[in-house]
Amino acid sequence: MDSSSSAAARRRFLQGIAGAAGSASLCALGLSLYARQTRALPADALRPPGALDEDRFSAACVRCGLCVRACPYDTLKLSEPGDNVVTGTPYFVARKIPCEMCPDIPCAKACPTGALDKALSDIAAARMGLAVLVDQETCLNYQGLRCDVCYRVCPLIDRAITLELRHNERTGKHAMFIPTVHADQCTGCGKCERSCVLDEAAIKVLPLVQARGALGAHYRLGWKEKEKAGRALGPEVIELPVRRPEAAP
Amino acid sequence: MSSRVARAAAPAVAAESSSPLAAAIEAKGVLGAHRWLIARRWSQAGILALFLAGPWAGLWLVKGNLSSSLTLEVLPLTDPYLLLQSLAAGHVAGSTAALGALIVVAFYLLAGGRAYCAWVCPVNVLTDTAAWLRRKLGLRRGRTPPRALRYWLLGATLAAAFATGTIAWELVNPVSMLYRGILFGLGLAWAILGAVFLFDLLVAPRGWCSHVCPVGAFYALLGRFALVRVSARRSGACDDCADCYRVCPEPHVIVPALKGAASPVIRSGDCTNCGRCIDACSKDVFRFTIRFDQRRDPS
Repeated sequence: MDSSSSAAARRRFLQGIAGAAGSASLCALGLSLYARQTRALPADALRPPGALDEDRFSAACVRCGLCVRACPYDTLKLSEPGDNVVTGTPYFVARKIPCEMCPDIPCAKACPTGALDKALSDIAAARMGLAVLVDQETCLNYQGLRCDVCYRVCPLIDRAITLELRHNERTGKHAMFIPTVHADQCTGCGKCERSCVLDEAAIKVLPLVQARGALGAHYRLGWKEKEKAGRALGPEVIELPVRRPEAAP
Repeated sequence: MSSRVARAAAPAVAAESSSPLAAAIEAKGVLGAHRWLIARRWSQAGILALFLAGPWAGLWLVKGNLSSSLTLEVLPLTDPYLLLQSLAAGHVAGSTAALGALIVVAFYLLAGGRAYCAWVCPVNVLTDTAAWLRRKLGLRRGRTPPRALRYWLLGATLAAAFATGTIAWELVNPVSMLYRGILFGLGLAWAILGAVFLFDLLVAPRGWCSHVCPVGAFYALLGRFALVRVSARRSGACDDCADCYRVCPEPHVIVPALKGAASPVIRSGDCTNCGRCIDACSKDVFRFTIRFDQRRDPS
């Protein structure tokens, strides 16, 4: 080979490598952007019990569907391309088929990678989402009626959902029984949303990130601090000087 | 060098007959000229049938899909490349998945890395069909990306996983998508699979499997050390018909074994152990053996 053809060969070689590297980088960039976009979970998609939080879940789930196969109630589904959930990952829609809260949690047991936490042993400790009574204006109990269905179907009745009595201003003489969800008990199984009698459920289970607020880390509630310390942290009653106008008697 | 040998020999043959299998069929019969192809299709269909027996017939021999599965409630198998991406994304997988990946790696170190591509992967059927259709339709044009692209893409998918903290490649990976689609619902996956088919048919001959797919690239890296290999043991009988080059999805792997003076064994990780060269050769030059088998029959 003479030097000119070897130079041409070298150029071709380098061009090939540069092309491949360039396409690969473009591909990585595109994938990354796409991955970022698809990261947010739609409000009606809930993860199986024991799922790691969403950021860690999408690194851990290999999309094998073993949890789907383990689910005895066909609750879980693998997302298909075109669905709004990260392709191939498991989810359920409470309004369609809620989680039946199997005591042995077969779906989490079936997970090979730990995307669903095998250590979850008590299904009542699962936090798939949180039920929120999102629409008080259509909820029948808020109209003073006794629907109570969400309360009745709750697997943790009187713990996750309670009925709180309130005066019915409209009639002036009746009580309203307000379904009230308690986040420290609600597993997000979705039975309440599934069975809400309205055409569109007034109570919905939302992913925790959407359902929960968070108190500022610096914020202290006085009465709790008092409980913790066993005594008031400041003087119980602050004596303020009484200032009267000079002329007053 | 390699491609020049293939190109020099091919036109003469192409003029004689359009099928690279004509000579083999004449010598060994239709069945003999398709032995390994038929075996591969049985393997691919059989594995799919094992997965489908559950959802279709309630016979749960194998659960899951190619990403991760559980056979007979005892044998875990996990795609090691997928687990590597998961690791790059920042998750240390549970012991079941790790064990499953080790078993798969061990298996392909024995059976030949890209044996996965030829004997298991469902997309292979798609791209083989595209290649066959190209030949039937006489489509000769096409531009293939450089062969090294898949290795760059392999790196790119790991980089994307690391950068986003998600298994980004699985958003578009047609390999897992096809299986998942058949077993759990296809959704719009058909569009991606259709794109792969059209890419192979109209844009790049043997484009996807031999140039792009990072899954294949991963198994090719394993294949460099794999035990079961194809050997051109009877290279002396070669009559330079070039049929093997024409059927081979990775023709460059054949040359050193067939024409080189050193080892008769095809050592390149790119070789998929599909056995198509064995089928296509009317002189029975090729055979399956192990990589340490250096025998070459005297011509």
